[in-house]
Amino acid sequence: MEEASIVADSIVRSFGDVTALDGVSLSVETGTIYGLLGPNGAGKTTLIRVLTTLLKPDSGAGFVAGIDVVAQPNLARRSLGLAGQTAAVDEFLTGRENLEMVGNLYHLPSKEVKQRASEVLERIDLDDAGDRPVSTYSGGMRRRLDLAASLVGRPEVLFLDEPTTGLDPRSRLEMWGLINELVEEGATVMLTTQYLDEADRLADLIGVIDHGRLISEGTASDLKAKLGGDIIDVAVSADDRDLAGAVLTGIAGKEAAWDDVSFTFTIPATNGAATLTEVVRGLDQAGVVPDDLALHRPSLDDVFLSLTGRTAEDKVTEAGESASTKPQRGRSK
Amino acid sequence: MTTQTRSISQDVTNQMRDTTVMIKRNLLRIIRLPQLLFFSSVQPIIFLLLFTFVFGGAITRGTDISYIDFLLPGVLVQTAVFGSTQTAIGLTEDLAAGVIDRFRSLPMARSAVLAGRTTADLVRNAAVTVIMLTVGTIIGYRIGGTVIEAALGVVIALLFGFSVSWAMASLGLWVKNAETAQTASFVLIFPLVFASSIFVPPASMPSWLQGFAANQPVSVVASTVRALMGGLPIGSRILESAMWIAAILAVFFPLGVYLYRRAVST
Ligand SMILES: Nc1ncnc2c1ncn2[C@@H]1O[C@H](COP(=O)(O)OP(=O)(O)O)[C@@H](O)[C@H]1O
Ligand SMILES: [Mg+2]
Repeated sequence: MEEASIVADSIVRSFGDVTALDGVSLSVETGTIYGLLGPNGAGKTTLIRVLTTLLKPDSGAGFVAGIDVVAQPNLARRSLGLAGQTAAVDEFLTGRENLEMVGNLYHLPSKEVKQRASEVLERIDLDDAGDRPVSTYSGGMRRRLDLAASLVGRPEVLFLDEPTTGLDPRSRLEMWGLINELVEEGATVMLTTQYLDEADRLADLIGVIDHGRLISEGTASDLKAKLGGDIIDVAVSADDRDLAGAVLTGIAGKEAAWDDVSFTFTIPATNGAATLTEVVRGLDQAGVVPDDLALHRPSLDDVFLSLTGRTAEDKVTEAGESASTKPQRGRSK
Repeated sequence: MTTQTRSISQDVTNQMRDTTVMIKRNLLRIIRLPQLLFFSSVQPIIFLLLFTFVFGGAITRGTDISYIDFLLPGVLVQTAVFGSTQTAIGLTEDLAAGVIDRFRSLPMARSAVLAGRTTADLVRNAAVTVIMLTVGTIIGYRIGGTVIEAALGVVIALLFGFSVSWAMASLGLWVKNAETAQTASFVLIFPLVFASSIFVPPASMPSWLQGFAANQPVSVVASTVRALMGGLPIGSRILESAMWIAAILAVFFPLGVYLYRRAVST
């Protein structure tokens, strides 16, 4: 039997008319990162809150480190750490005072509290700023301190709710590095994100959540495989649209998908690079010069589109990711 | 048996430790927001000076003691009650910042967050009271009985403020929003503070108001504190005040903890 540090079993939770969680079941193996991916309002925070004992589910059960979070919330709290959606640190305390406070509340032996706070401050590269009030910290530093606060009690299981939302690209990279290191030390992590590249980059297993349901689950490659092989994007000017459409539909053997916003046709690259050559030759013969031409593996964006019928960007603006420059992903690991 | 005893004593130790940690946190917050501390001390002093010098001459007291001697003990009660609104506002701020979510995810005692907040507010109130007594003495206030009686009066005013802090904690956790908490608390507190025996004897009020003004808790406590600090006949007032304080705590301690256990930021 494989060891699961987090288990959700048919969790349902509503707020009035809104069903925030509509029967979510999942299981996270010890020592891995689970990425819960979904747009705003999908139910991510609600699931985290149920699993961290903040909310009682209407039905279903949750287990953290084998402990029933509904039946034994206090016991479960000893095994979990939470970094919520906002950096829940005290502005008027210093970084060190924040961590010592949390260490005391985890009931670490008094002698250990100071030492542990220093250790953790160093760990998140805040040892220089540790004795300054948090009100002087940047957004990235607050987030790191918030993460640190969840580590002070050495919990086995960490819940991170949108740990990088609102961070600049560099702070985001630092946060990713930190999360990866934690897992190397044996922690189990569940994190939520609206960023497709973040889930791809960090998570061993990704659950896609929408309207309170887990609509798909798998590794990044599993999810991409659902879309089949590689994809060719051809951006053209409005004048060339009909001409290019005819050529690409001919090559694909089915109608080429058109995106009105980016003025881009998308077809599957059935024969990989050979299909690309065919496209180039076909467009050339028709006298069409494409604005942009790219062969790429399907992104998680494409996966989301195919699973929900809309892009995640309908609801969120994603930093540094637009339709025209799709970075090659899935190679970072 | 021994294991159980040990775990209960462990629980008590942890509970005390959690509460101490939370008191310290909230006191640091008070000390490090010096402007808030400054203005929350200045406000009651303004009240004291305004009522003494602006209204004092016009207010017919129907009492034999000087107006400042009549007024100051009541203003101590008013200060304690107004100060308790800080409890509600502070909790809504913690809720909005996600701090309450963090505390609730920790294996800490359930009452510690509220006990820490209300106790810190009690300490702040005590400090403000010392300032008030100093200013009062400068402008002519004198106690009428023994120092011990006067001290008991001050303690009763502070304990009453502490009990109202628990009511305000419940209000804050219920409305969850700082502005709403501020407005709602003043809507509740103003009638209690002004339709009371703090500024004028209820006998000077219209008859339909007298019954309420003479018997509502703020008046009962203000009369008790005034009698103790002025060396006046006390009757059963200490007992009545103690019963109000106990009753408010008996309702709002469990209600506050109940609301805390279910509170999530929105
Ligand atoms: N405390 C609450 N009261 C009422 N509705 C809520 C509350 N918390 C969440 N919801 C609703 O539940 C749904 C899921 O919210 P949430 O779990 O916060 O989503 P996410 O974190 O994925 O953005 C949303 O429609 C949200 O409006
Ligand atoms: Mg959320």
